Amino acid sequence: MIKRLIAGSIMIFTLVSVTPPSHAAGITLLNVSYDPTRELYQDVNAQFARYWKGKSGEDVIIRQSHGGSGKQARSVIDGLEADVVTLGLALDIDAISEKGLIAPGWQKRLPHNSSPYTSTIVFLVRKGNPKKIRDWDDLVKPGVSVITPNPKTGGNPRWAYLAAWGYVLKKKGGNEAQAREFITRLYKNVPVLDSGARGSLTTFAQRGVGDVLLAWENEAFLAVTELGRDKFETVIPSISILAEPSVAVVDRNVTRRGTRAVAQAYLEYLYTPEGQEIAAKHHYRPRMEKIALQYADQFPKVKLFTIDELFGGWKAAQKKHFDDGGIFDQIYLPGK
Amino acid sequence: MADHSLSRGARTEPRWVRWILTTVALLFLALFLVVPLAAVFSQALDKGVAVYFAALHETDALSSIRLTLLTALVAVPLNLVFGVVAAWAIAKFSFPGKSFLITLIDLPFSVSPVVSGLIYVLIFGLQGWLGPWLTEHGVKILFAVPGIILATIFVTFPFVARELIPLMEAQGKDEEEAALVLGATGLQTFFRVTFPNIRWGIIYGVILCNARAMGEFGAVSVVSGHIRGSTNTIPLQVEILYNEYNYAAAFAVASLLALLAVVTLIVKSVVEWKLKQA
Repeated sequence: MIKRLIAGSIMIFTLVSVTPPSHAAGITLLNVSYDPTRELYQDVNAQFARYWKGKSGEDVIIRQSHGGSGKQARSVIDGLEADVVTLGLALDIDAISEKGLIAPGWQKRLPHNSSPYTSTIVFLVRKGNPKKIRDWDDLVKPGVSVITPNPKTGGNPRWAYLAAWGYVLKKKGGNEAQAREFITRLYKNVPVLDSGARGSLTTFAQRGVGDVLLAWENEAFLAVTELGRDKFETVIPSISILAEPSVAVVDRNVTRRGTRAVAQAYLEYLYTPEGQEIAAKHHYRPRMEKIALQYADQFPKVKLFTIDELFGGWKAAQKKHFDDGGIFDQIYLPGK
Repeated sequence: MADHSLSRGARTEPRWVRWILTTVALLFLALFLVVPLAAVFSQALDKGVAVYFAALHETDALSSIRLTLLTALVAVPLNLVFGVVAAWAIAKFSFPGKSFLITLIDLPFSVSPVVSGLIYVLIFGLQGWLGPWLTEHGVKILFAVPGIILATIFVTFPFVARELIPLMEAQGKDEEEAALVLGATGLQTFFRVTFPNIRWGIIYGVILCNARAMGEFGAVSVVSGHIRGSTNTIPLQVEILYNEYNYAAAFAVASLLALLAVVTLIVKSVVEWKLKQA
């Protein structure tokens, strides 16, 4: 019996050790990112590796890790050795910066507030748009079921929440009280709060819950192309928020690992015409005018406002709306 | 004659009650075990056998399989040794703090796996107790293979011991005492008397421990860091593939775990049968 056990263990062990390690020697970078960028960075990584090989002769392998933006930031703070972070909102990178892993003022180190591409919040509805959803007003109607994740844990739902709030202020010229009332009605129509954007998409698309999903523009297009044009369509609201996902080099980690040059080049690559084109292909709005024109018909014209313009930046918005005891806590009462 | 009356006495319910109960039990089994299992394999083979094997042969999938095997290979033997030693101490000796030790062994059962993972973040995380020192000295535990192994060991801690304690307690200590009286040393007693009595119990514990070690999601998810091709175990890889609309591949990788479950069930029934014979 014992002999057989030992023989079995030896067999398994040989199996484990004989299979070759998946990555050969060379520089490795770890890109810690948020949920919807999986496909984008798979593409970017392959292209950048080719570009870097041509430029410096070095082989570079970029590894990816994805999850909810806030959770990913927490992992980096707890020691996940990211060389670069590419997260859903600047606030999450601020949190890493506050722990001393990224130098203060990181947002000024790269163009456009360190956000190489932008996105916005659009609506994903079922084919034929049976509930006739055209704009934000339709979401608060009774009997419409809205799917969006929990704004306390994810990046996308915070943008969605602020987009709705901004709609009242900007489009309808409303005041804060009206915005608050609108948001309260909106979240009354939300039957379930998932923890991240991908979870919500699964709830909406796979489990068939809800009439409309508040989605990242790129996620909505991905859902339509991957899951079937015959099942879903996107609706572009009259006005939405300009979401600026941010990127940064994690100073402490690249200093220790000696990867600063390549990490910096990696992020700068996102701003090159090639990088911008990859972003556009994955339905992120490029910053570069030329590429934006080239892909213009892919991005419907929508009036966009920024978070600085209406909310005084992320820190203020976070404190007022999403911190414990903030407006979201006051208006969202599960089961009511 | 006596036999006949006993079997009649055990079946006092009318025939239709027995039929309904049996049908309900079988339906339940089909609904909760057979159907999901069939669903996993039919989804996995949805796009053909070629896609199925390609999915298992993909670099990240292979790396997750390798990591899962490695984790089980370290965690299971350690917990085997610990479990046997602990069960031996608890079942055959009495000492102060014995019930406290039993409580400690049971702890991982009562703690949510997520909390088990967070314990390691608190200890080895960069903001935790040992994290800063470890980072300074270039030792990686959290978000790397050692962290995953540690979390798995913690979660699968009780399986072997819990399996052996009742068995050894039921066997009593008569045989060991006889061996000692006849002049055997402690080690001789263990290997010649105790061990042969519990070997099927050990195998049973090891199977359960192994199944959990390979299938653990919660605790491993917290300490993994989700680096593709590096710190994803099979369950984590399944989640990633599923979230990427790669359903065929997700179910192909999941079918490995399902296969493991089937093998576990078969070995378990064989062992149970042997235990009954012993």
